[in-house]
Amino acid sequence: MGWKFTEAAFKDLIVKLKADYTILGPKRFVGQGRFSDTDLIRYDEIESLDEIVWNEKSTFSPKEVVFPITQTLFYFIEEKFLEPKLDENKILIFLRPCDINGIRRLDTIHLRNGPQSDSYYAQLRERVRFVMMECMEGFDTCFCVSMKSNITSDYDMAVRFGDDEVLAEVKNDDFTRYFSLDLPRVEFTPGFVQENTIKVTVPDGGEISAGIYNHDMWNEYKSRCIACGRCNTTCITCSCHTTTDIFYDDNMRAGERRRTWACCHVDGFTDMAGGISFRKDNGSRMRFKVLHKIYDYNKRFGEHMCVGCGRCDDNCPEYISYSSCINRLSQVIQETDACVKIP
Amino acid sequence: MAHDVNTKTAVKNAYRITKVRGKTALRIRIPGGCLHAKHFDLLKHLAEVYGDGLVHLTTRQGLEISGLDYAGIPEINRLIMPLLQDLEIGIGVEIHDPAKGYPSAGTRNIAACIGSRVCPFANYDTTSLAQRIEKEIYPNDYHVKVALTGCPNDCIKARMNDFGIVGMVEPQYDYQRCIGCEACVKNCASQVTGALSMHKGKVKRDKRRCIGCGECILKCPTAAWTRNPAKFYDILIMGRTGKKNPRIAEEFIQWADEDVVVQVIKNTYKFIDEHIDKSLPKEHIGYIVDRTGYPVFRDKVLEGVKLNSGARVAKHVQWGGCRYSSDVFLSD
Ligand code: SF4
Ligand code: SF4
Ligand code: SF4
Ligand code: SF4
Ligand code: SF4
Repeated sequence: MGWKFTEAAFKDLIVKLKADYTILGPKRFVGQGRFSDTDLIRYDEIESLDEIVWNEKSTFSPKEVVFPITQTLFYFIEEKFLEPKLDENKILIFLRPCDINGIRRLDTIHLRNGPQSDSYYAQLRERVRFVMMECMEGFDTCFCVSMKSNITSDYDMAVRFGDDEVLAEVKNDDFTRYFSLDLPRVEFTPGFVQENTIKVTVPDGGEISAGIYNHDMWNEYKSRCIACGRCNTTCITCSCHTTTDIFYDDNMRAGERRRTWACCHVDGFTDMAGGISFRKDNGSRMRFKVLHKIYDYNKRFGEHMCVGCGRCDDNCPEYISYSSCINRLSQVIQETDACVKIP
Repeated sequence: MAHDVNTKTAVKNAYRITKVRGKTALRIRIPGGCLHAKHFDLLKHLAEVYGDGLVHLTTRQGLEISGLDYAGIPEINRLIMPLLQDLEIGIGVEIHDPAKGYPSAGTRNIAACIGSRVCPFANYDTTSLAQRIEKEIYPNDYHVKVALTGCPNDCIKARMNDFGIVGMVEPQYDYQRCIGCEACVKNCASQVTGALSMHKGKVKRDKRRCIGCGECILKCPTAAWTRNPAKFYDILIMGRTGKKNPRIAEEFIQWADEDVVVQVIKNTYKFIDEHIDKSLPKEHIGYIVDRTGYPVFRDKVLEGVKLNSGARVAKHVQWGGCRYSSDVFLSD
C-alpha cells in the first residue's frame, strides 16, 4: 500500500523532514556545466521538491554524500590529535535503484573488506536513509538490468513523481510522523526497469587466463584514453582514496590527516616510495579498471562491482564506451578461455 | 555601352566597383557568420541568373556575388529582401526600405567564430552577441570592424580588428571537490599562462595571470572548477591590416560584462563623429585614435558606461606592428 501526495502535500513533507534530516538530491546548477551554457547536475542539499532533478541522470553520483571527495580524518597539534566534530543530523538521499545498489558496493568495500571496518565511513553511513526514485525507463547508456542492479528493496521510502502528484511507498514508520495520515491510500509499489537498450554480457565466474591480461584488445586504449579520470569520479562504485598529512602554512607543527578520492586512470595512482609505479600506459589502466569492476570484485564478494549506471560512458571525453569494452572482453574470453562460463 | 553609375550610391548600397567595366559585385552581410541553409537557394539563383555563377567567401564571413550588371541593382535589391528580412530586420536592425537593399556598407559585417553553439572551448554564444551588436551599430557609414571570438584561441582572428571581443569565464573553485589530480595545473602551465599552482594537494589560482580561458574547467574531472554563469569579455582594440601600420589589437578592458562591450562599441561612433578628419573621403577608426591618443578615446567611449565590478581598464595601450614607411632595408 502507498500514499498519494498532492504536490503541495509532498512539498510540505520535505519541509517537515528537514527539521530532522539533511536532504540531498540531484540538483541543477544552471550554467555551471563544463561547457558554456550547459548545466551541471550533481548531488547537493535541497531546499524544496522543485530542486530535485528526477527525470535526468546526474553527472556525478550520490557517492560523494556517503564518501566525501575530501574528508578530514583528524587534526593534529604536536603529539595530540582531535577528530572533527560529528554532524548528528540524519541524512536523506533521493536516488535511483542502481545508485542504491552502488552504495551497497561502497558499504562492502568500506565495511566488509578486511578485518577492520572503516569507522569514518561507518559513522557517516549510519546516518543515511534512502528515498528511492522509481526508475522505469532508464537512460540511453544504462545497463543496470544486465548487471542485475535494476531492482532493490533497500529503501525507507520509494516515490513516483507525477505531473502534480507524488505516489509514495513508506517503509520506515518513522516517516509517518511527518505527514497527515488522512492522505488518500493507493495501491503503489515501485516498478523497476526490466530492459535497457544497452545489454552487456559479463564473464561470470571462472578464472581469466594470463592471455586476457596481455591481450591486444587493451592496446587500443593506450592512445585512446587520456587518463583524465572522469570514468572514476562519476562512477558510483569507484571507492579508492589516498591519505595525506597536511601541515598548516602558519604553523608546521599543526595540521590534519585527510583522505581524498583517487582514480586508477590518473597518473600517480600507483606511485610508491622509491619512485616505483605500475600501469604506466593507459591501456593497462583500462584493463585494471574493467577487470576490477566485472571480475576481481566478483571473485571476492560474489557480485559484480559495476552496477551499470552508465556514467562512465556518459562522461568519457574520448568516447570510450566501457559497456562496449565489456562486451568485447566477453567475446575475447569466449574465443580464448573456453573454460569461463559466459551466460 | 555608356554607363552612368553613381559610384557613391552603389558603394553605400554594398555594391563594389570592380575591375570589370560595367560589372559590380554585391556583398551579403551575415552577422555572426551563421546562415540558415534555406537561403542557399536564393544565393544560387542570384549568382547563376544575375551574376557569373560564382560566390566568393569574404574574409569577414560575408558572401560576395560577382559579375552583376549595375542596371540590375534595383531588381537584385528586391530579390534579396528575404535575406535582409531574416539576417537584419529579423534580429532587430532597422532598415527603412528593405526593397532598396543594404542601406550602408561602412561598418563591416560582424564576424564571429562558431562559438558555444558548437565549440567546446567557447565561453559564449558568439553569433547571438554579434547579432546584438549589429542591431546597435548597423546601418552606419563609418568604417569599423568588429569580430567576436569565443575564447582566447581567437579562431576568428579578432586581434586583427578594430574591436576584438574575446570570451572570458571566471573559474570558481570548490576546495572540497578537488582531488589534486593536477590536470588543470599542468594544462594551464603548458597551454595558457601558468596561473595555477599546486599547494598541499589543492590548487591556487593567480587572478592577475588568469586570462579566463576556461580550460581548467574543461580539464577538471570532479567539477571542482565550475563556471561562474555570468559572462565576461576581453575587449581588444585597434588592430588592423593595411598599407601603413598593420598591427594586432591590444587589451582595453578585461572582465567586462556584455553591456559594457555593447556600450563601448556604440560610444565609439560618437568618438568618431567628434574626431574624424572630415576633409578625407574616409578615415579608419584606428588612425583617428592614433591622432587623438588613447586617453581621449578611452574617456569618450567610457562616457556614461557603468563598468561592472571586476572590469579592468588598461592604464595605457602600446600598439606595435609594422611601419612600412620605415626603411628596414637601408636602401640608398
Ligand atoms: S563502471 Fe561505469 S557503469 Fe559501472 S558503476 Fe561505474 S560508472 Fe556506472
Ligand atoms: S573518462 Fe575516458 S579518457 Fe578519461 S580516464 Fe576514463 S576512459 Fe580514459
Ligand atoms: S576562438 Fe575559441 S570558441 Fe571560437 S572556435 Fe576557436 S576555440 Fe572555439
Ligand atoms: S581560466 Fe585559463 S588562464 Fe585562468 S586558470 Fe583556468 S586555464 Fe589558467
Ligand atoms: S583538475 Fe580539478 S581535481 Fe584536478 S587538480 Fe585541478 S581542480 Fe583539482
